[in-house]
Parts: sequence; structure tokens; C-alpha cells
Amino acid sequence: MTNKTVLHAKHLEAGAKMVDFHGWEMPINYGSQIEEHHAVRQDAGMFDVSHMTIVDIKGNDAKAYLRRLMINDVAKLEVAGKALYTGMCNEAGGVIDDLIIYFFTDTDYRLVVNSATREKDLAWMNKQAEGFDITITERPEFGMIAVQGPEAKAKVATILTAEQNAAVEGMKPFFGVQAGDLFIATTGYTGENGYEIVVPEAQAADLWQQLVDAGVKPCGLGARDTLRLEAGMNLYGLDMDEAISPLAANMAWTIAWEPADRDFIGREVLTAQREAGDQAKLVGLVMTEKGVLRTGLKVIAEAGEGVITSGTFSPTLQHSIAMARVPRSVKIGDEVEVEMRKKLVKVKVVKPSFVRNGKSQLD
Amino acid sequence: MSNIPSELKYATSHEWVRNEGNGIVTVGITEHAQELLGDMVFVELPEVGESVSTGDDVAVAESVKAASDIYAPVSGEIVEVNEDLEDSPELVNSDAFGDGWMFKIKLEDEGELDSLLDAEGYENSIDED
Repeated sequence: MTNKTVLHAKHLEAGAKMVDFHGWEMPINYGSQIEEHHAVRQDAGMFDVSHMTIVDIKGNDAKAYLRRLMINDVAKLEVAGKALYTGMCNEAGGVIDDLIIYFFTDTDYRLVVNSATREKDLAWMNKQAEGFDITITERPEFGMIAVQGPEAKAKVATILTAEQNAAVEGMKPFFGVQAGDLFIATTGYTGENGYEIVVPEAQAADLWQQLVDAGVKPCGLGARDTLRLEAGMNLYGLDMDEAISPLAANMAWTIAWEPADRDFIGREVLTAQREAGDQAKLVGLVMTEKGVLRTGLKVIAEAGEGVITSGTFSPTLQHSIAMARVPRSVKIGDEVEVEMRKKLVKVKVVKPSFVRNGKSQLD
Repeated sequence: MSNIPSELKYATSHEWVRNEGNGIVTVGITEHAQELLGDMVFVELPEVGESVSTGDDVAVAESVKAASDIYAPVSGEIVEVNEDLEDSPELVNSDAFGDGWMFKIKLEDEGELDSLLDAEGYENSIDED
């Protein structure tokens, strides 16, 4: 059984090429994924992300529960609407999922988790809920549209009501606000400004059409992948999974070690890993000659071997980029080799962030 | 269903062949193939003067999604390659049967053209995929 989002008919109407994405029939492109990519970097594009899973956590123990469950600390969240990126680890310190948490009050949080991990996430959350006074409620009755790009906010503003525009006025990055029927957040997965908008299903198709009419270009999963990779953002299942420590996935910054007495799941193992300093690390790779670095290719460094976790052609930079997991002693600026089509090609190691706000992050 | 011009010949590996009538054929990949591959980012072409045999991998079409070998649909000598693809690989997407052509082969044996598929045969081969 393939799931369809509430916007499925709109995709077909726009001539989308549909593919199966972890059980969801989703648009891969509407003609050219490169043109869609450029629309987001230069103007405004939108993605149907209704397949993502929204989970509301409410109750007296909501804060305590999330402080136990997540490697980042929701106690950092003090302003209503503030969002937090975090990993959720198992006891062995492997990443079950990465997600965003929106804070409303100490008893009211909203989580947005990956669709591909929906079932195991919910099972884990429910299992860990024992003894906590909370409710875990999935919210499938909403669609979600990500509008991204330098002109995204201005174009969205043309279709919001005066009250909604007042609600999002001056909202900083990584915040969300309920504005009328819409939950509007300044989050995204592209490295550009914009919104992720949660909309009741019955209104989703109309909102999508209004955005089309406002000049926002529909973009598929193909462009979403090249944009997130240029931005150096991890994709669960490729760049990390349950067998990978956040320390080996460029997610160390999301681990809140302080306060030292916060007993989050995985803490013991992660602490030992940090002290040992033996985890691999996730770096960026840049190849300026012809060809495209691909997932799974072997990386050869003096310190040992590694592997490309995500690779693509960067439409913005016009050459190939990748993320790779390599031995910890490999340094930014090093030259390493990648085994491609039976030959070794030299590539440069960089910080895993290639393009932000339309601009190259490379020297 | 994508466009399959009836005046061309085809290989099951998705190359098209146009008989230019002077012992020379032009080769490219079909619209169906470019649709499968998606946006093209590099095309690696053979050298002019190279001798090729039917079934040799002679070129590579690399899209955002995947790298795909292009096979010689007939034997002969490469007499010309489409240098425009160097700077504009997207021509393969926008005009697969025209400006997106890849190389020309001087046929060793014109009879080989008869063993290629016609449009209907190619369409049937896609349906079986």
C-alpha cells in the first residue's frame, strides 16, 4: 500500500514525475530538478513535506520526558515557539532519528520526525514514556509545505492575512507560531530563508495553489536532496542511522553535555566515545574535475579508509560535492582519494557546509 | 509514453541510430532514457578516430542521479562527437533526438543496421522493462 499526501493531485496536475519514497508516492521533479534547485537558491520554491510525521507531546512530565529522550536539552528552550534540532539515540548511542522540537510551554511540545522512521520512532517514544505523565499524539490530519528561498517570505506574505503577517513579523530563524489555521515556522532543509507551514488537510491544496499563483515554484525530492547536501545537512538513513554515533555524524554540537546530571538515553556510551576520541567523523569532500561522487564510494586517506555517505553534483557550485565518514585524524584541507569507476581521483576535504543563502562556503 | 521517432533505429540499451545515408550514422540516447536518468551534468564522449565494436561502452552519460554507460550500437570508426555537450549536457534532456546527439560512426558493415530495432520493437522492449 502506497501512501499519498493530500497534495498528490496537485503534483500530477503539475506534471510531476512520482516515485516511491519509503512508502509514499512523492514528486521527484516537475521536469528539471536543477531548475528547481536554482529557483530555491535564487527566488522561491516549495516542497510538499506532508509525509513527515508531526507528533505532539503534552502533559506534566513533557519536559522531563524529552530531557531523557533527546541528546539536546529542551531546557534550553525558554521562549514560546523556539525550535531545537536534536538527535534521539538508543542506549548504545546510535541515532534512531534526527528531528526538530518546537517549544510552547513546559507541558506542550511539537516534534517533527522523518517519515521513513515513523514507526520505530513512535514505538521507541511510547516505550520510553512509561512512568511519565504525558500523551503522545500523532497529527496526520495536517499537510506540510516548505517554502524556501531568498524571496520565499515575501511571496508567502502576499497570501497571508494581516493577522498572520503580524504573527510572523520579525520572527527569528528556528521559531514557529500558530497563526490562524496555519502553524508557520522559520525552519527548513535547504540553507535558505523561508518557512515550513503546517496546514489542515482540507486547506492544503488551496494553499499550494495560492503559492503557485504567487510565483513559488513546485520542487521535488531531487532538488530537496541537492539543496540539503549543499547546505551540509544530514539525511537520515544515509549520513547516519542506528549504527552510527552522533559524534561520527557531525552532530556533536547537538549533544548537550551540561548539566552533567541530565541522564539522557545514550549518555554513558557517548561520554566514553568522546573520551576515547576514536569515533570517525563526517566531513565534506569537493571534486572539481568531471564526474560525480556517489553514495557508497570508498575514500582512501593516509590514516585509513572511509566512505561517502551522500554525494551529488552541486548545481550551485557546478561540480561534485559529498559528505564522507573518515578516520578522525583526517583534517580539513587534506587531500584524499576516492575510488571512482576503477580509478583513484583526488578530492579535497572541507567542512561539511558548501552553500548557504545562495553563496559558496568554499574558499 | 515518450516520443519514439519512426525513422530511427534503436538498441535495447536505449541508444538511437540515425542513418545519414553515406555510410555514417548518428547516435544518441532516447527520450525515454534521458527521462530515466534525469538532469544530465556531464557527458563523456569517445575520441574521434577510435574504432568501436557493437556493445562496447564508448561514452558515459552522468546525471544528477546516476552515471550510465552508453554502448556502441554498431561497429565502426568514430568520425565526429557532439562537442556542444561539453558545456551544455542538458541538450540531452531538452532535445534527445536532435541537438542532444552524442557521436557519429562510420559503419564497418551497413548490414548491421538491419539487426537494430525499429520504433515498434523498441517500444515493446521498454514495455517489458
